[in-house]
Amino acid sequence: MKRLALEALDRAAGRGVEYADVRLSESGDREVTTKNGRAGHVSISESTGLGIRVLDRGCWGFAATDDLSPEGIDAAAKLAVEIARSSAVARRHPVTLAREVSYQAEWTSPCLIDPFSISVEENLAALLEVDRELRRVAGVSLAEASMVFDRTRQVFASTAGSVIDQTRTVSGAGFSALCFEDGEIQKRSYPNSFGGQHQLKGYELIHELRLAENAARIAEEVVALHKAEQCPEGRFNLILDSSQLGLQIHESIGHPIELDRVLGSEANYAGMSFLTLDKLDSLKYGSGIVNVVCDARIGHGPGLGTFAFDDEGVPAQCTDIIRAGRFTGYMTSRETAASVGGARSNGTMRAQGWNRIPLIRMTNVSLLPGEQSLDEVFGGVEHAIYMETNKSWSIDDKRYNFQFGCEIAWEIRNGRRARMLKNPSYSGISTEFWNSCAAIAGPQHWTLWGVPNCGKGQPEQVMGTGHGACPARFRDIKVGSAYQE
Amino acid sequence: MTPVMTLERSQELFDQVLRSARALGVPDVEATVMAGSHALTRFANNGIHQNVSETSSQLSVRAWIDGRTGRASTNRMTAGAIREAVAQSVAITRAQERDPEMLPLAGPAPGAPVERYFGGTADASPQSRAEAVAEAIQIVEEAGQTAAGIYSTGESILAILNSAGVRAYHAETMCQFSITAMAADSSGWAKASACDRGQLDPAALAGRAARKAAGSREPAEASPGRYTVILEPAAVLDLVGQMFADFSGTALADGRSFLASRMNSALFGTNISIVDDAGHPLQSGAPFDGEGLPRVPLSLVRAGVPEQVAWSRQAAHGAGVDPTGHGFPLPNEYGEAPMNIVMAGGETSLDRMIESTERGLLVTRLWYIREVDPYQKMMTGMTRDGTFLVEEGRVTRGVRNLRFNQSLIELLRNVEALSPSVRACGEEAFDMAVPAMKVNDFRFTEVTRF
Repeated sequence: MKRLALEALDRAAGRGVEYADVRLSESGDREVTTKNGRAGHVSISESTGLGIRVLDRGCWGFAATDDLSPEGIDAAAKLAVEIARSSAVARRHPVTLAREVSYQAEWTSPCLIDPFSISVEENLAALLEVDRELRRVAGVSLAEASMVFDRTRQVFASTAGSVIDQTRTVSGAGFSALCFEDGEIQKRSYPNSFGGQHQLKGYELIHELRLAENAARIAEEVVALHKAEQCPEGRFNLILDSSQLGLQIHESIGHPIELDRVLGSEANYAGMSFLTLDKLDSLKYGSGIVNVVCDARIGHGPGLGTFAFDDEGVPAQCTDIIRAGRFTGYMTSRETAASVGGARSNGTMRAQGWNRIPLIRMTNVSLLPGEQSLDEVFGGVEHAIYMETNKSWSIDDKRYNFQFGCEIAWEIRNGRRARMLKNPSYSGISTEFWNSCAAIAGPQHWTLWGVPNCGKGQPEQVMGTGHGACPARFRDIKVGSAYQE
Repeated sequence: MTPVMTLERSQELFDQVLRSARALGVPDVEATVMAGSHALTRFANNGIHQNVSETSSQLSVRAWIDGRTGRASTNRMTAGAIREAVAQSVAITRAQERDPEMLPLAGPAPGAPVERYFGGTADASPQSRAEAVAEAIQIVEEAGQTAAGIYSTGESILAILNSAGVRAYHAETMCQFSITAMAADSSGWAKASACDRGQLDPAALAGRAARKAAGSREPAEASPGRYTVILEPAAVLDLVGQMFADFSGTALADGRSFLASRMNSALFGTNISIVDDAGHPLQSGAPFDGEGLPRVPLSLVRAGVPEQVAWSRQAAHGAGVDPTGHGFPLPNEYGEAPMNIVMAGGETSLDRMIESTERGLLVTRLWYIREVDPYQKMMTGMTRDGTFLVEEGRVTRGVRNLRFNQSLIELLRNVEALSPSVRACGEEAFDMAVPAMKVNDFRFTEVTRF
């Protein structure tokens, strides 16, 4: 792979460009699902190709191909240069890149049990056991379970002299139970909605999730939701479980701190950001107990945003995003770092695969643990609403106004669950929400959640991101406006 | 001009698949071949900032062995890689328990091809896209605004061949131009797509976006509440487009469709009629489904009554009805869905809708639409890039963007007027032919800061 990557780099560099890099990757994945006692989707796939990115006349050009013959590679290099030169017709400012030293590196993510060494039969058996447990509960009309595994090896080579060989293994699994009854559809998922939990791990993740052990509880909850009362409308203390808080971080902190959004690159599609440059180091983003980092280092945990180097050849880093409530940092790239006074990129450029350019993407954007016990989070106020597991999520194109729905809620009185509530939702303005943060549970309750389906860019790229969070309590949050008349 | 991959080359690949499968003692096999060449020129802050191209192909093999099936895919078209994909497909198929209800591979069925390949779109050069983008930027810049957007061109082929005789092949070109014009405190947007690049007018779209940005400057705040809204076609597409996955026999059987217990009832207003028609001139896409079956036109809603849904072969077999040619590639959990939506329009122009409105909101597009309640089909989302107050029959000013929580069932009962249908494209649903709509009692629940 290295030889091919360097050959492609030579083809681009030989055309006299200012800078070039090549990403050659080969990936393989497996997806196994079950539905109501039967195998659902059973598939494996592989993809190999390379993308050549060049900077010429101050403009970017990119061409990707899966034709790895000498002719195919040469055609891609030629096209990348042609595209860059055509861009000069509408060039605004020449692109300049922050300095970065060159690296020769090899890195493989930790993986205790190779998921591809486990048979499809074993995958199916584990999922069908979950399926049986779910459908043992009367009222469950649809039981679905899934496992996904992906391994990607990528060689990055640049005219700056870097050659970086990385291999990442990602696993994911989860299940859901749906109940349709009396003109109402309710759903419960475990350990999270939309495919469950996903981490940079091997098959050990599947063992850790204890899927079958949680199936009966989830099935009983979905049936019970039909008899639960509607979540009330009004302003309440709100407690969120760590998976829902992970998505809240993703939408109301992770996306707004993407510097390319702030600078307008995504204006036509994903949108822009309320975090204009004047707010750096001045905006009170959250209450004093809110500390958020963007951390791609392995020491942060096995997140979907964990790597050794980003897709521009910049080492993984940790950046303070919110420190004691104050907004302190953006996610940057080599092209954008200088616009916020950065001498170098903080390493967040990531591409979906060989056929896409790297963009500024969340790595692991995490809320650091607090100092309170779970009893204090739940019992610190007389009355609260506790919501668990995301059901719907929506936020405006500058990331101010959000509305989230959850699968289930409970009314909490004096720290105890008083009654189950259905159809819970809450809404607000991002900075007002984080400034209302009143309690965050301690490190023993911290989970690094994976969001496998974050979309951005044109053509769209889907990326996995990580979000560490603990259960946390927020004051005076608007609840139930989705259903309010 | 020859498409990026021909039927003959697809057939060669399938022949290799078939030989490899037979060598493993597996006579029943299907191959799905996809290939494409796509380019996209992206601009922001009045300049091109990203400019990309991709050429790729994929061979996907599905073995069927006595009520079991599994799929393996590769983008390496060498003889060794093809043999490996076949062997993997066979191995994961054999790993499964037999499903006595699973149908064998589909046989051939006659279908009408559609002509959606245009050489002038397939061979668009980076230079030609850059020049069109430069002209569009100039139009926005002359209005004192900032432009961002994309211009994409490309071609793709899809071929489905199997050992039972299916030989389905479709080649298509597609181009899109989308532009956002931004002023100090407002923005406007326009987007169009077509198989034939000659039908796209980037300069006209730029002018439209710029006029919307200019017209919505210094936005006022409209209070949340029930409004008469005039939804432009892109807004209709992105919102109403969220319901068509429910027009599926499998979704009904699963109890996840809002149409459960509601088929053949007067669910929507009598002015709502919707068909699925892969051959419609405003449509795009292949005229066959994931097994190669021809897509049959469906009357999804007639005069407010949902009367037909899509059926894959497997779902149709279970329900004792005829398949409609809307199945997804197998194996899958979702079954099928209509993909070529054409909503019947009316005769009321957008201008006439505005003139007839005492007080309401004109909505250019909607954003980040998600389902809040699956059975009431309640959706939430935001307005974006051009939301206007209409007073006494005139657009009077821009307003800040609002959040809605709106049941689609209720919305389609409250449609007062429809424009003629057009091919529309947005960002939240696939392209469809839809009209603009004037809707009463549309529910906005919150206002954002811009």
